Amino acid sequence: MTIAAFAGIRRFDGTLRHIAYVLAENPVTGFAFAMFSVFVLLAVFGPSLAPYDPLASDTAQALTGPSAAHWFGTDQLGRDIFSRVVVATRLDLGIAVIAVALAFTAGTLLGLAAGYCGGWADRIIGRAVDTIMAFPLFVLAMGIVAALGNSVANIVYATAIINLPIYARLARAEANVRRSAGFIEAARLCGNGETRIVLTQLLPNILPLMMVQVSLTLGYAILNAAGLSFIGLGVRPPTAEWGIMVAEGASNIISGEWWVALFPGLVLMAAVFCFNLMGDGLRDIVDPLRRT
Amino acid sequence: MLIVRRLATALPSVVGVIIVTFLLTRALPGDPAVYFAGPAATQQAIAQIRHLMGFDRSLPVQFLDYLRHLAHGDLGTSLTTGQPVLRELATRLPASAELTLSALLLSVGIAVPLGIAAALRPGSLIDHACRIITTAGVSLPTFFTGLLLIYVFYYLAGWAPAPLGRLDVYSTPPPHWSGFYLVDSLVAGDFDTFRAALGQLLLPAATMAIFSLAPLARITRASMLAALGSEFIRTARASGLARRRIVYGYALRNGLLPVITTLGMVFSFMLGANVLVEKVFAWPGIGSYAVEALIASDYAPVQGFVLVMALLHVALNLVIDLLYGLIDPRVRLEA
Repeated sequence: MTIAAFAGIRRFDGTLRHIAYVLAENPVTGFAFAMFSVFVLLAVFGPSLAPYDPLASDTAQALTGPSAAHWFGTDQLGRDIFSRVVVATRLDLGIAVIAVALAFTAGTLLGLAAGYCGGWADRIIGRAVDTIMAFPLFVLAMGIVAALGNSVANIVYATAIINLPIYARLARAEANVRRSAGFIEAARLCGNGETRIVLTQLLPNILPLMMVQVSLTLGYAILNAAGLSFIGLGVRPPTAEWGIMVAEGASNIISGEWWVALFPGLVLMAAVFCFNLMGDGLRDIVDPLRRT
Repeated sequence: MLIVRRLATALPSVVGVIIVTFLLTRALPGDPAVYFAGPAATQQAIAQIRHLMGFDRSLPVQFLDYLRHLAHGDLGTSLTTGQPVLRELATRLPASAELTLSALLLSVGIAVPLGIAAALRPGSLIDHACRIITTAGVSLPTFFTGLLLIYVFYYLAGWAPAPLGRLDVYSTPPPHWSGFYLVDSLVAGDFDTFRAALGQLLLPAATMAIFSLAPLARITRASMLAALGSEFIRTARASGLARRRIVYGYALRNGLLPVITTLGMVFSFMLGANVLVEKVFAWPGIGSYAVEALIASDYAPVQGFVLVMALLHVALNLVIDLLYGLIDPRVRLEA
């Protein structure tokens, strides 16, 4: 017991040292993690941090540029853009996180089933995944939202569905490689049921690789959800959301009021950038061979 | 023979796409019959429409019906314009195709040389530039890049024309030949129109190109690095071949294969980004048509649009497969 615990500590220590090494090698990853924590803080405490009510309009102050009172300026209804951007963090990250969590769970389970069982399960799941991939993904998301109805919940489902194939394919490939590995045979020999083997032996082994994908797809999910609300799907005005705020500022760009669209767009970009950098960094930690 | 085999592999995708689009038409919010009957319809009218449209029959029968309509090129009628969806899509498709193809040419034209340059000198300034561009490029929301470009080049610099469609108000569209304004104006020998069309096209095409550049440059760099590090390149070098010949004749031909595979993914991105870019630049293509229909809750055009886009995507992937066979003789041998 003590030896096992000791080995556990040593392995943990080794992992930490490896992470520290990767962070020192690539300080950008550290920066991405710092940015990520800022976004999480904004998502959690955003509404209490915002200096103004994100929905309160003040037409006397409409379309004023950035100033000390309004850091990011005000929009055509005189709402404080900084407050709206801050408050929107929760909604934007929320949609992306829930969608990716759904895609991750469903995709991983389907992929595990396909890769581990093989045979007809593999064929049916593979065909379904290929069918999703046959669509341009953003277009499929539009079609799903149009068919199911224009609501935030359906944006989440659509985003989950278009992200599902990545997880299903990855989990299938990884499960397929390991299905006859020694530790799986050993677990079977010990009398474990197949479901138990998949969940307690196979899943923990492929989890690190899947987690890297989570970070990368989160960025894509944010982009996708913001794109859908930009064309008028899902989130409705006056709700504060980055994509819809860029859409609201689009007409002002031509007349020179750049701040209305610029700040929400920049924050959206920063969030996606942060998740992509983090994904690359995580991959370096988890899977150094795939580094490009 | 190879072509027949490839066509056969695309068939299940087409079947899948048609089934999914059919299911999407049946999943309309609420009762489709109520929706198609319009807001002022009576119970009787709704029942009549339900019967007329076949919503009271079983799902497999409805599916066969749907297939029959598709075979006749019937994608339904737009409620807002009263026109058949297929005809409207067909008249707007050239605008989208011109935009997407120009963007693709632009992004391949920049991404491939950039990736090669980065791979030839790893760790150099251009390599770092390539890395920054590829990481930043995938993070850019297309609709936001488009607006930024409009602000800088239209509002501040005044170089670009107003972002309102394919031609400014002073020009008349060239006589219809291919539907591509650039080609048509050249065919007609009308260089003023050509210049006007090019001016309108440049910003939206650049917006889409910036977005699709990143994955292409990244994969070009990686695959060129792999190709340059392989043994046949070492042999070629040892045999004293010219550097040009080694890089472009040997390494590039091998390095391009993964790039072509990535094109499939890039097309998926671009056909989606197309919708956003068309909305930003008021481009009269099928993407903005679908967005207008969506906002007006006019679902037949949206469903037609999704189906057409998916079929285009399958067709493009088929072309990529065939292209792959042309470039890589090994694929032909296996087949």
